[in-house]
Amino acid sequence: MAENELIWRIAGGSGDGIDSTSQNFAKALMRSGLNVFTHRHYPSRIRGGHTYVEIRAKDESVNSRGDGYNFLLALGDSFARNPKEGAYYGDEEVKPLTENLDDLREGGIIVYDTGLIDPDDVPDLDERAEENNWHVFGIDLRSMAREHGREVMRNTAGIGVTAALLDMDLDEMENLMESAMPEKILEPNLTILHEAYEMMQEEYEFDHELRVPQGEHEEDQVLISGSNGVAYGALDEGCRFIAGYPMTPWTDVFTIMSQHLPEFGGISEQVEDEIAAAALALGASHAGVKAMSGSSGGGFALMSEPLGLAEMSETPIVLVEAMRAGPSTGLPTKPEQGDLEHVLYSSQGDSNRLVFAPSTPSEAYDQTRKAFELAYEYQMPAIVVIDQKLSGENENVPESFFDREPNPDLGSVLTEEELEDAPHDPSGGTFNRFSHDDPEDDGVRPRSLPGQKGGRFLVTGNEHNEAGHIEEDPDNRVIQMDLRMKKLESVRSELDSDPESSHQTYFGPDEADYGIVTWGSSQGAVEEAVDRLNDDGHSVKAVGVSDLMPYPEEEMTAFLESVDEALVVEMNATAQFRGLTQKELGQFGEKLTSLLKYDGNPFEPAEIVEGFELQINGGTDAPSANTRLEPAIGD
Amino acid sequence: MSAFNAIGEEREIDREEFTPGIEPQPTWCPGCGDFGVLKALKQAMPEVGRTPDETLLVTGIGCSGKLNSYFESYGFHTIHGRSLPVARAAKLANPGLEVIAAGGDGDGYGIGGNHFMHTARENHDMTYIVFNNEIFGLTKGQTSPTSPKGHKSKTQPSGSAKDPIRPLSLSLTSGASYIARTAAVNPNQAKQILAEAMEHDGFAHVDFLTQCPTWNKDAKQYVPYIDVQESEDYDFDVHDRDEAAAMMREAEDSLNEGTVLTGRFYADDERPSYQEEKIAIGEMPEEPLAERYFDDDYEWERSADLLDRHK
Repeated sequence: MAENELIWRIAGGSGDGIDSTSQNFAKALMRSGLNVFTHRHYPSRIRGGHTYVEIRAKDESVNSRGDGYNFLLALGDSFARNPKEGAYYGDEEVKPLTENLDDLREGGIIVYDTGLIDPDDVPDLDERAEENNWHVFGIDLRSMAREHGREVMRNTAGIGVTAALLDMDLDEMENLMESAMPEKILEPNLTILHEAYEMMQEEYEFDHELRVPQGEHEEDQVLISGSNGVAYGALDEGCRFIAGYPMTPWTDVFTIMSQHLPEFGGISEQVEDEIAAAALALGASHAGVKAMSGSSGGGFALMSEPLGLAEMSETPIVLVEAMRAGPSTGLPTKPEQGDLEHVLYSSQGDSNRLVFAPSTPSEAYDQTRKAFELAYEYQMPAIVVIDQKLSGENENVPESFFDREPNPDLGSVLTEEELEDAPHDPSGGTFNRFSHDDPEDDGVRPRSLPGQKGGRFLVTGNEHNEAGHIEEDPDNRVIQMDLRMKKLESVRSELDSDPESSHQTYFGPDEADYGIVTWGSSQGAVEEAVDRLNDDGHSVKAVGVSDLMPYPEEEMTAFLESVDEALVVEMNATAQFRGLTQKELGQFGEKLTSLLKYDGNPFEPAEIVEGFELQINGGTDAPSANTRLEPAIGD
Repeated sequence: MSAFNAIGEEREIDREEFTPGIEPQPTWCPGCGDFGVLKALKQAMPEVGRTPDETLLVTGIGCSGKLNSYFESYGFHTIHGRSLPVARAAKLANPGLEVIAAGGDGDGYGIGGNHFMHTARENHDMTYIVFNNEIFGLTKGQTSPTSPKGHKSKTQPSGSAKDPIRPLSLSLTSGASYIARTAAVNPNQAKQILAEAMEHDGFAHVDFLTQCPTWNKDAKQYVPYIDVQESEDYDFDVHDRDEAAAMMREAEDSLNEGTVLTGRFYADDERPSYQEEKIAIGEMPEEPLAERYFDDDYEWERSADLLDRHK
């Protein structure tokens, strides 16, 4: 069966150059006119251990990894050094081949490196290949690499073999290698690439049907990850200060920012812990610089203190929470959407924050910009929630998408001239920054910055009066609390007043009997599932929610009223987004069934299709071993 | 026109400018050493020549944290132990500011100990005043990191089994470039030391002995003191690291015995501050970052410039 898409999986050991090789290959496919989407799977180890990257390429748009894959390049794990029988990592060397076979589609292609993988260690390979009509090529990539360069270049040999099998020309790959590799290693790599390509053409007859799809882009494309999206959104919004502490997968955003901030005239600080990191962002913001920090679940836990201080002191900051599977250190390199409640409710007291959960790299760019804009306008913390999946996956985006005006506006800050007319305490020079005279107040009271003449005020994490001094008077307490709480409402009205700026993504027909609700990075798989369900004769529409706080009450009420039932798809075990929806809307509990997955891997569209069919047929068994259906209230 | 006109303003400065017009009733107990810090700080400001509008005082939590309620300047009363990270980022964002951080011994040497070590190590250009009264005051008298071994409190009823922190030695080892100890009972020395600390270009750490008349009953616990610079018995070179280290050890040992040694213990005028180091390696702009947001002519670079590598 000919397929209109290529899903190429390169598997090997961590540290074997899988990442850089696949990045170049994805770009080559993009340059040839295809839409690409990448998915990265890796263990929590530096070197060795089974890792793979999947690149999905097709003419039409792609927004998920798809179901399974149709081309495996199995490189062998060169760091597997413990072949002793029974040892924990004992079968590491052949894992790139053995671990991946379950997901390979019928008629798919396998290329494995006989230099590192002994096919006799995979006893059922031949039987399975015959059963599934797989086309298997055992090629000594390692010797080819050794002969012309170094062993690690067997990646390049694998690309040459891939290109020959898929009938791709090598031009784009060559160009990419030329721009990415220093002279010294470029020559041997080019030799190996051609050697492998020609060898395949000369020595093998191909009877497989898979070929690289054909496509064309109308404009120039760039390949960016979710972490790129967050970082570039921050840069374009005028963020010039970041403080952080490394933690997977947040490290991606932190690294990109640290590499570019100096050339953009900004400052990056790697500090002693996450409490310090968020506190530094607060200090820089207080002094008048757009600042951010962030972490992953465990590090974000440490930030709940400065987060509360940001809320009480009304100091804008943007935090990124790049979720990984928890609790505690959990699965360090695997995605989960399990920190939703942590992000929404961490920190003491009745506290407010803005929370956005983009679903794609380009949305990550948009919503990081929005997070900065709103945080600085309303003087409150904003959190951008991504996860390990979104952080590391890449999609192609038209280059013109980034052609936008920068926004260095600090938001609600007074100039010295404006400060002259601002309320001051009559008995002294203190600026009443927390003054609350205006009954029409949207909760925002503009601030001054240290160093401005006539703007002196005190800011504190304690309840305070208009000048910022500690104040425990009950009337003042209620006024100040209400004003702080009002800001969330004001943000909601601002977002609702401009439907263009809605962060919710709708797909499927406008009218449908059933709904699917999802949030964040699970959206891509849901989008694809909705198309398939409608093709199969179902009547389904879906919404991907990105505004988590303030919750899009009107939009979600309208959506849920318009459908008979809805499936809520999220990567956690406790149906956190469904819980939020029921809490915020106070209804729909009987309409919402949850499809949950928390095994460390993102949803595949087929799991959602199957989960949906089970739901509407009243089934309660999970659609696959590692997913779970949680029935609606009353079911 | 600059957005921060208060910064660098040169004029005669009166210490009364640092008294708030709406000074709240101090919540410190009568006889508290914290009054001594406040007074010394107000007196030091005219010597340093900085105005309230260009000064940012960042405090932690506890009695010491209330300092900025009684001191007129820009103030950020943060959370327990976190004054230093807030303060150092404010300084990096706008180096023109006079940044002072203050906190207590629990705040600074306990919960904020990690930040203390790293701020000293990085040698941020700021002054850090630690109100050291060897007790947790505001939470009503628990053992603190500087309480002497054997100190009894409700949380350590059998007496502390721990040796106290050695703040001066810890500071030196961590990398502070100016280290002094003074006492509330010695206002003239305190004023001079605070002025010097503010003028010092680097991380200046002042361990400020403050008596707690309520929870450490001996209100005169730091009297009599000996000023090591004034006494011929303590001849050492304040610029020599080894001699300073020996002097600090002696001061820390003798404090437990009841001999209070105060003064300047270490000053390294050669070591560049963190911001100078950052500017030198190109990781920080020479012009204050905070000014850029007010510069209408500044051309903001965009991420579009980075996209070539993604094609």
